[in-house]
Amino acid sequence: MNPAMIPEGAHPLAATVARLVWLLPLLPLLGFLINGTLAMLGVAKIGPADPSANGGHGHGEVPGHADEHAHDDHGHPPRHKFAKIVSLVGPGVLVAAFALAVAIFAAMRGVEMEHPYLLTLFSWMPVGDLKLDATILLDPLSMTMVMVVTGVGMLIHVFSVGYMQDDPGYPRYFAYLNLFVFFMLLLVLGGSYPLLFVGWEGVGLCSYLLIGFWFSEKANADAGKKAFIMNRIGDFGFLVAMLLMFANFGTLDILGVAEQAAELPMGGVIATTIALFLFLGCTGKSAQIPLYTWLPDAMAGPTPVSALIHAATMVTAGVYLVARASGIFSMAPVAQLTVALVGAATAFFAATIGLKQWDIKKVLAYSTVSQLGYMFVAVGVGAYVAGIFHLVTHAFFKALLFLGSGSVIYVLHAAYHKTHNHDDAQDMRNMGGLRQYMPITFSLMWIATLAIAGIPLFSGFFSKDEILTSVFARISHSTLADASLLGMPGGTVLMIVYGLAVASALMTAIYMARMMLYTFHGPNRTGEGERPHLKEAPWVMTGPLVVLGALTAFGGWLNVPALLGAIGPVGGLEHFLEPVVGEAALRTTLGVAPHLPHSTELMLVGAAIFIAVAGIAFAVWRLKPAALVPRKDAPESTGIDRVLENKYFVDEGYAAAFVNPTVNASRTVLWKGFDAGIIDGLFVNGSALLARAFGWMGSQLQTGQVGTYAWVLLIGVITLLGAFTFR
Amino acid sequence: MIFDLANPSQLMQALGPDLLLIVGAIVLMLWAAWRPESDEHQRAVGRASLALVAATIAMTLWYSTRGMSSNVGVIAVDNFRWATDLICLLGAFGAIALGMEYNVRERILPAESHVLVLFATAGMMILAAARDLMIVFLGIELMSVAIYVLVGLNRRSPKAAEGSLKYFLLGAFATAFLLYGIALIYGSTGSTNLTEIGQRVVAGNFVAHPMMLAGTGLLLVGFGFKVAAAPFHMWAPDVYEGAPTPITAFMATAVKAAAFATFLRVWLEALPGMGDAWFTPIWWLAAVAMFVGNTVALSQRNLKRLLAYSSIAHSGYLLVAVATGTLGGSAAFLFYLVAYTLASYGAFAVVIAVGREGDANNDLSDYEGLWHVRPGLAIAMAVFMLSLMGFPIFGGIGFFGKWYLLMAAIEAPRPLTTLAVVLVLTSVVSAGYYLNVVRVMFMKARPDGAADPERTGSLTRGVVYATAVAILVLGLVPSRVIGWSRAGVPRAPQIQAASVDAPR
Amino acid sequence: MDRNYIPVLFLLGIAVLTAVAIIGLSHLVMRSRPTPVKQQPYESGMPPLGDARERFSIKFYMVAMLFIVFDIETVFMIPWAAYYRQLSCAVPLVGGACPAGQISFFGLGEMLVFMAILLAGFVYVWKKGALQWD
Repeated sequence: MNPAMIPEGAHPLAATVARLVWLLPLLPLLGFLINGTLAMLGVAKIGPADPSANGGHGHGEVPGHADEHAHDDHGHPPRHKFAKIVSLVGPGVLVAAFALAVAIFAAMRGVEMEHPYLLTLFSWMPVGDLKLDATILLDPLSMTMVMVVTGVGMLIHVFSVGYMQDDPGYPRYFAYLNLFVFFMLLLVLGGSYPLLFVGWEGVGLCSYLLIGFWFSEKANADAGKKAFIMNRIGDFGFLVAMLLMFANFGTLDILGVAEQAAELPMGGVIATTIALFLFLGCTGKSAQIPLYTWLPDAMAGPTPVSALIHAATMVTAGVYLVARASGIFSMAPVAQLTVALVGAATAFFAATIGLKQWDIKKVLAYSTVSQLGYMFVAVGVGAYVAGIFHLVTHAFFKALLFLGSGSVIYVLHAAYHKTHNHDDAQDMRNMGGLRQYMPITFSLMWIATLAIAGIPLFSGFFSKDEILTSVFARISHSTLADASLLGMPGGTVLMIVYGLAVASALMTAIYMARMMLYTFHGPNRTGEGERPHLKEAPWVMTGPLVVLGALTAFGGWLNVPALLGAIGPVGGLEHFLEPVVGEAALRTTLGVAPHLPHSTELMLVGAAIFIAVAGIAFAVWRLKPAALVPRKDAPESTGIDRVLENKYFVDEGYAAAFVNPTVNASRTVLWKGFDAGIIDGLFVNGSALLARAFGWMGSQLQTGQVGTYAWVLLIGVITLLGAFTFR
Repeated sequence: MIFDLANPSQLMQALGPDLLLIVGAIVLMLWAAWRPESDEHQRAVGRASLALVAATIAMTLWYSTRGMSSNVGVIAVDNFRWATDLICLLGAFGAIALGMEYNVRERILPAESHVLVLFATAGMMILAAARDLMIVFLGIELMSVAIYVLVGLNRRSPKAAEGSLKYFLLGAFATAFLLYGIALIYGSTGSTNLTEIGQRVVAGNFVAHPMMLAGTGLLLVGFGFKVAAAPFHMWAPDVYEGAPTPITAFMATAVKAAAFATFLRVWLEALPGMGDAWFTPIWWLAAVAMFVGNTVALSQRNLKRLLAYSSIAHSGYLLVAVATGTLGGSAAFLFYLVAYTLASYGAFAVVIAVGREGDANNDLSDYEGLWHVRPGLAIAMAVFMLSLMGFPIFGGIGFFGKWYLLMAAIEAPRPLTTLAVVLVLTSVVSAGYYLNVVRVMFMKARPDGAADPERTGSLTRGVVYATAVAILVLGLVPSRVIGWSRAGVPRAPQIQAASVDAPR
Repeated sequence: MDRNYIPVLFLLGIAVLTAVAIIGLSHLVMRSRPTPVKQQPYESGMPPLGDARERFSIKFYMVAMLFIVFDIETVFMIPWAAYYRQLSCAVPLVGGACPAGQISFFGLGEMLVFMAILLAGFVYVWKKGALQWD
């Protein structure tokens, strides 16, 4: 199908360990099978005699959940009887997969990767003119993703051993998690769009299962459902895009499509339509406007799940897809502008919402949405390397933040459990001053915060700066600048994108600093009784944090900009990914590498640093953690009165300065109006209602009277005969 | 080998598997009457019936590997026939296997229940073979009469009697339309042979002929009723709910498969020349069936009714394949039929396993927390639901069925893009009820005081797990079935130009 | 060819006309003098007994149905008999007779198969006791 492809056996990688690449997805699948079997065996033994065993013993991440612990005494509920073997198998397969990934990566560094390595496993489905094989596509892009998925995945699996240890659904949890990794690897390694789609659907399913892991809470199950429905809307777009590809290109191989896309006219209808439909798929999976609202709700799942699926890997699949389909996107500047604008708008609005959250995981959730928006800005403007780079660094620091918050929640929950207190272990108003009790977590999370805020030399600084610079560079000289979106010149659109991105960078610094201040600084707001129980989480949990901390701190060295060439090798990732996305990226920039004058670049970097520092400084200056009171006191003391006002005063104080209008707008219009009103009301509930209304009408016709049936049949006959005779 | 169908002995040979089943069924019918009604006798006849079906399957397989064909005649000898035969025979095997245990539970004593399944299957095999409208009618009647009785088999259940009578009355009504359609087509073209009709329609430009148009329309009504396509579907929910569950499964799969196979053969062999006329009506039938089936299913609480509406929706999907009017469409059709048959059978088998005496426990609330008491059944049911929905990997072969249909719809000479979009959209709607079943099983606690499902019989269990495993395995390697269904498209026989004369 | 249907239309017209004429004429011609006795339902000369909508024993239906089934099946023998000469000849008849040596048992065999199936049904019905009145 692709003449440029060299035969399988002839590829230089064929002689190396990369031959075994098929083992990568197989290992987690094996883990899933083992853990799944154990989960089934375990369930069958417990049976229905103990209704509280039906998944009730979560970590009380949802308020009121902890009630169910009241009946058992101190100490832990009994661990699952297969816990030991599951702890071995679950993370074990990931360790093996990561080791293999490293070996393949090493092999890849040793050869010229001019062409991707294709490994056909078996003939999958021959459909008409289309012959689809189950093919693995190994190239630098998929390798990068594999490293992130297996590496970060491995750390999160290890963390989970500690975090989930007392959960009665322990084997089931690891079965789902292993299965997720399997599908994620399928997604990134799939050599054709349908195979990628299978992975895409599979990770969605696992996400659904894991969000609703503690399904006995209605809210959790609902959150899972919401995620599922939103993703279906997105998948519809993906499916249509695939059908269009097949109709126009006659192939669905990733390489074949890319090759044919290059033949299309620049900015043509076909490329634009396909790209826009693909992007619709991305907005679902990667939580972008208008389909972003499922992600904050998805925090109902266990925290390691949030870290793995809803921060580091699955939600970035959309970014990966755009980079994968860069051949098509680079042919459709209008679609690219749409991607960039939607990304920037999402980054901005999610950041404003993040400013006002009390739930520590919700802050991180909105932060994730915002950072995903950043990545879409990058891939939207054709800076694919910058997007993937930010994807990688974000995987590091956001996984660290989530796992860190998981540690905090775990410790707080354990403390509440010991004192039989039923308070919310996720509300930041119940934290404060944890610095002295959890020094390791504290310092690691500050590293991540500095990274995400964009403080120089931490990983986030490099990737974020590269995105901003890329946008700026394309304002003047690119296919995007020549195109126009809804009558607006491309250059103007890009300026708006740049402005939104800078503004969200500032807010990112503020809300992250706020989170850290409220959680770790100031006086401790947990009760007297809980305080003695506050201590660092076990090593199986802090260990992965330390590794992630190192990655967060030094991850930026992966791709050092030329400007800072003094500190390390320049553009490592850029060179690595060049064979995959280089051509498409050059197409957007009209054939020459984007170049800014040195002074301009220095100015941009300076501005970025200033914004990051200013944001943190502003937060430290204006926010007074000491003024906070514990959550349970806040509403109970005197209802809506001075205490509440004071607490809000802090938030409104900085907000009023520059974001009050937008915060309000985003809260009322976007969140209440758009999310609750239009998305929930119109699309989700509305379409369900509409379908149900039709269903009701249909069932009203179903009277049970055979006479009615005969009449309906007769009307059908008459209509049909009418259709036949009066055409 | 090429059969000369004008020669009686060669005609007999060409009908080999059909005759084996019919003769065997007659013998078993007498044996069934020979002893007084009892559970043991019912099971013994059931076992013998299973053996007979197995023997017929073996014979059909043997026939299908011989590369046989025939000249123009009343029956067809091609892979499409064998493929349809196999699907129907597998359906019969499942119905008998499930019935042996279900009948004990519901105290349905007559051993004839299995024999009637055999007779209905014989009707289906005749339908699959029919290349003459008279034979089509014969097959439909043989199949339907047996099914009318089977629906009302449970004499203790008023619902069963109601369903049986409804099906009979409306069925007679629809058969009249079918017969009238056959008469009009004969009147227009002067032949009941599909091949000859096909030639004369093209030669005589019948596409604007009112009598031929009316005949085609009435034929469409007759088939539409048999496959339960909206708006001719009204009987289906009541009948599916009232009938004994194994028979419901049989009706939803084998009966539908046979009716659809004939439908497709008639359309592809006799009426392609009428394409301009039937394209729009079938388009709308498909769209309406998909829409009605999927939306009304949303508000169903009874699993049997839910599956009934689901089967109406699937009729709509299969009509998309008919609407393509291409061989690619019929390959997609066969493939989809395999996927649908497996998933439906499995789902009904789970309904039997969860159900209780008196056809009770079919409500959605009886499935709450099924995972906690019967994890195996719950997982299998999830596979069936996802497969019917067309979900990748976990839905196994179901995903490819939909995919294949979509491809056929888009590749058709007259692309059915809008219909493909309707298919995808209504599938999204179908997630609302399929996933709801999954959600109820896995994400709800077992209600207090809910008794565990009874021990599942080994045959029922066998059907559940065999279908689930088949769905998943074929979902991983569907190429075998794809190859099989592509080889199984209807092939018109070689016709001498001389046999085509002007319409009388 | 539509012209060929004119006789059919003609026949249809005559049928409708006749029906209308008979009822219409009798209405015009008759003298209406209803009496209570005349208004009673006619039941073969006897005074009517009870309600006409009475439930009959299922046995009547059983026998009636079996009768019809077997009766109709024997009707199939008439066309067979009419065509028997041709059916027992392997080649087309020459002048109403079969050429020598071409006699075939196909026709006879077919009827034997038909009778065998009928017989099997009959045996079944008998064995199930459907022919017993009590």
